[in-house]
Amino acid sequence: MGNIGNLFKIALRALLNNKTRSMLTMFGIIIGVASVITMLAIGEGSKQSIQSSIESMGSNMITIFPSNGQMGGVRQSGSSMQTLKLEDYEALKKDCRHISDISPLVNSSGQAIYGSNNAPTSIYGVTADYLNVTKYKLKSGKLFSEKDVLRNAKVCVIGQTVVENLFSENENPIGKYIRFKNIPFQVVGILEEKGEGSMGNDQDDIVFAPYTSVQKRILAITHINRIVVSAKSDSETDAAIAEITEILRQRHNIQGSDPNDFNVRSQKEMLTMMSSTMNTLTILLACVASISLFIGGVGIMNIMYVSVTERTKEIGLRMSIGARGRDIMMQFLIESILMCITGGLIGIMLGFGATALLQYFSGWPTYITTSSVLLSFAVCTVTGVFFGWSPARKAAGLDPIEALRYE
Amino acid sequence: MSEKKIIETIDLRRDFIVGDETVHALKGINFDIREGEFVTIMGTSGSGKSTLLNILGCLDTPTSGEYLLDGTPVKNMSRDQRAWLRNRKIGFVFQSYNLLPKTTAIENVELPLIYNSEISSRERRERAEEALIAVGLKDRMMHKSNQMSGGQMQRVAIARALVNNPVIILADEATGNLDTRTSFEILCLFQNLQQQGKTIAFVTHNPELEFYSGRSIILKDGHITDNRKNDNIRSAAETLASLPKEEN
Repeated sequence: MGNIGNLFKIALRALLNNKTRSMLTMFGIIIGVASVITMLAIGEGSKQSIQSSIESMGSNMITIFPSNGQMGGVRQSGSSMQTLKLEDYEALKKDCRHISDISPLVNSSGQAIYGSNNAPTSIYGVTADYLNVTKYKLKSGKLFSEKDVLRNAKVCVIGQTVVENLFSENENPIGKYIRFKNIPFQVVGILEEKGEGSMGNDQDDIVFAPYTSVQKRILAITHINRIVVSAKSDSETDAAIAEITEILRQRHNIQGSDPNDFNVRSQKEMLTMMSSTMNTLTILLACVASISLFIGGVGIMNIMYVSVTERTKEIGLRMSIGARGRDIMMQFLIESILMCITGGLIGIMLGFGATALLQYFSGWPTYITTSSVLLSFAVCTVTGVFFGWSPARKAAGLDPIEALRYE
Repeated sequence: MSEKKIIETIDLRRDFIVGDETVHALKGINFDIREGEFVTIMGTSGSGKSTLLNILGCLDTPTSGEYLLDGTPVKNMSRDQRAWLRNRKIGFVFQSYNLLPKTTAIENVELPLIYNSEISSRERRERAEEALIAVGLKDRMMHKSNQMSGGQMQRVAIARALVNNPVIILADEATGNLDTRTSFEILCLFQNLQQQGKTIAFVTHNPELEFYSGRSIILKDGHITDNRKNDNIRSAAETLASLPKEEN
């Protein structure tokens, strides 16, 4: 159609002739789009922050822990099962070809005491390898050695939160003794700060000690709670899982199709699971925001109906001088699309602004994706057509004689 | 005068169904308008002149009979075909001007050509300027419709009716909203246009106007009661000159 440019001009003129009304009508779309952009930014931001915190724990980390099972006829949760043994750890360490680091883990929680200070914390019995797997770094001091593990040494490495809770500012914790369940541990090293974990847990509120010490001196057990492994690389994760499963099934005498008495979880799976949860959240937020966009669209439709009625005489005149129904229809459709697109553009800008402000004041992580901008823009255009259609059809279907006579 | 028939109606009838009743608005109308004529179509309200004007303007179609505009039968045309016909062959002048609000004179005049995709925007502008010059509004082109007097607005409307070079100008009570003096000015303009060869049908209920046209068709109750030639056409310009001057 050669005269679409003309119809565009006519529509633009009509909107400019009613600036206040056009602005107010657009407001609905502006708010709708801005909230869609902001909500998607919040969703995407939290998703990314969780992803990065999981990745900071080592994306090729694999955790092995006992699964639910029966002990003396009573069903037990995995954490109270005693099926994972030190021999399993040693076998994996010896036979797995796809892993680089491996550490057993026994853990306990309770009060750590130093002088007159005390604070609740967790103690993890591990090997020095554990810090490689979970990407903890030493800030000062040293790690406990292989020898410390062998002789159940009462030494520990502590996180920043523990340092802050137990020691005064000028005190150097290294060489000091902290007590955990009445057993004194000498602090040999301090960890670098790691921040919040993926569940919002404080990863610095931690004490690492040789697993033998925790196992024998604190817990008095022979089994272990977990085995933590890192695959040689991301791509070897699946192979490592298969290998671990195979070795452990053999060691635990699990036949044929019987279920495993242990679980092997990789960080990758965790990542996938968290991402899907966050996606659900993002979709939910977007849905809520879309409602306001929808209401904005209804506002456009309403004002387009008013506009058609108000301009009945103009429509009659245009028809009498040769405008066809479809010319009138296009004119009004362009008008509503133009309103939606302009509103959409302003809304996108407002969305960027609102997101920045939100991040500034609330500190929530936000991230605006190109796709969310394109999506809201596309939705605007579709909204324009969808809500403009019916008023435009009404205009196009007017009888020119009646329309000309309309006062 | 040319023998070419611009308008030809053959036993034109138009019925309206109102509730259970059928109203016969036009009961067999036969007349021609030839190229270059200035014809007034007169009748009181209810005589069927509006119905006739709607059919002549291709806004409506007859129930029976045939209407030929410039030789083209209109009765069985579609909405879009009639829109095309109105765009190319007809120029309307309305009683209430029907200019677009907040729009300049020249843009109002350009309007019919916007719906003609064969005409470029430059040609559109040129033709609109010519038409405005022809109605004596050379220095009012950029004035908006709300900045003009009734007479000026009607001139803009006439320019709009001229811009597409129609075969006929259909005026519907074109002087009805104007004071006496301005009415004669507009009438004068129509007479000038006729002298330049335009064909004009002027629908009115004002019997005085018949003296200024070449022929009058009188409608009553859906019939043509008279179709009389006027050999002694008065000049609107002379009448205008004889009117008492307005005091400023």
